[in-house]
Amino acid sequence: MAEYSLSNRKVMVSNKEMTFTEKLYLPAILKGMGVTLNHFFGKKVTFIHGKDIRNYSSTYRGLHVLKRDDEGRERCVACGLCAVACPAEAITMVAAERQPGEEHLYREEKYAAIYEINMLRCIFCGLCEQACPKEAIYLTDRLVDVELTRKDFIYGKDKLVEKMDDRIDISNRQHH
Amino acid sequence: MGLEALLIEKTIIVVIVFIVTLTIAAYSTYGERKVAAFIQDRIGPNKAGPYGLMQPLADGIKMLMKEDFVPQQANKFLFHIAPGLSMLTALMVSAVIPWGKTIIIGGRSIPIQVTDINIGILYVLSVVSLGVYGVMIGGWASNNKYSLMGALRASSQMISYELPMGLSLIALLMVTGTMSFSEIAAQQSGWNGMQWNIIYQPIGFVLFLICAFAEANRTPFDLPECEAELVGGYHTEYSSMKLGFFLFAEYAHMFVSSAIISTLYFGGYNFPGINTLYEMLPHNIVTLIGVGVLMIKTLFFIFLFMWVRWTIPRFRYDQLMNLGWKRLVPIAIANIIITAGVVLLFDK
Repeated sequence: MAEYSLSNRKVMVSNKEMTFTEKLYLPAILKGMGVTLNHFFGKKVTFIHGKDIRNYSSTYRGLHVLKRDDEGRERCVACGLCAVACPAEAITMVAAERQPGEEHLYREEKYAAIYEINMLRCIFCGLCEQACPKEAIYLTDRLVDVELTRKDFIYGKDKLVEKMDDRIDISNRQHH
Repeated sequence: MGLEALLIEKTIIVVIVFIVTLTIAAYSTYGERKVAAFIQDRIGPNKAGPYGLMQPLADGIKMLMKEDFVPQQANKFLFHIAPGLSMLTALMVSAVIPWGKTIIIGGRSIPIQVTDINIGILYVLSVVSLGVYGVMIGGWASNNKYSLMGALRASSQMISYELPMGLSLIALLMVTGTMSFSEIAAQQSGWNGMQWNIIYQPIGFVLFLICAFAEANRTPFDLPECEAELVGGYHTEYSSMKLGFFLFAEYAHMFVSSAIISTLYFGGYNFPGINTLYEMLPHNIVTLIGVGVLMIKTLFFIFLFMWVRWTIPRFRYDQLMNLGWKRLVPIAIANIIITAGVVLLFDK
């Protein structure tokens, strides 16, 4: 019975005979044609390729960046939490110890000598970003480039770490 | 001298009608995509040329460049002639349509019509019923279950809907008293070009329109193709320009059907005020205006075909047969009886 429905969406199926007007089909068809004619003259939702640019969401999850701190030192300590969190097994890294004289390069005593993300495996879920205790890895609104071979999609530190003269703004992703 | 002139003028008219039919059929494919897009809040093809106007050309080139595949088990001969047969029957109907009144060149009055046979309506019915052969042979020759299912559906559907189509035309014949297209068109020039047959035969028009949809295999009667369940129906195995011909035949069929509907029920080349205009302007110019008016009416019906296609889903097979045999045929017969009574009473 309908009154016991928890979701209030329960509908009883009825097998009632169609009325004469319904059997004629034509009134219903004309009504439907009115609807489609409205859409015919209505506003179009198409983004024209190459002309219109779609706005990204402020929390769009695109190509990753490995951040540096305010003094330009790499924040990543190669703890491996992002690699553990990654459901697609896209992240690998090799840790190394900071040598005396490298304090201006790495923020803490340990750093990632090799840090690789396989962009073909990555599902851009953002779990690495959430797992990171050092606020080192972020997803940005940039896109992964087109490559010709599979191995070129394995991005190393050369592509992931932000350049000193070209810092990446990730303030949109820090609010949540 | 008379025969030679006749040959020349008929050849010219045939070539022009042929070219115009093919051009409009080609641009109907573009129109269909645009109408579909607009109804679905999109903008449709817009890359090939301004507003995508070169799209039919691009599609044609694409069709020609594709591999022309013939299944190994197919009946080669039938497989090859089926698309041509479809196209032929679709184009043949255009021979009896009066595109305009007459053009006077050097004292000769030339009717703008390929041939004015006195059994024009009979000719149309017979050629339209031949149309099922293209589909049937195509589906049979493919040696494919889906194709055969599509062909079976197509043939039963077309046979079923020819009946109410013929019956609705009988009622029209009672009103007009002639089977010749040119006379039917000329009769409708009464009341200064407003005496259209739709006024006498509104039910007959609706019946004829529904049957025209079925004969052209258009939604809601597109069961023969039925891409959702039959993978394309009778043209499943076809590729390249053979497939193009099948699709093209559908649009040619649509154009010719629209022209016939306009001629039979919507006054053909007549428009309000045509007789007054014939007295005011040179004869040939008014005739050309009439041709334009017929084209506008035809284009409207082509739009109607598309409009309906993108509005409603297709019938189930049993619903289709129910509608054809249990509804349309009785209504058509009732229409004939009522028309007969009215004609008898008022002696129109």
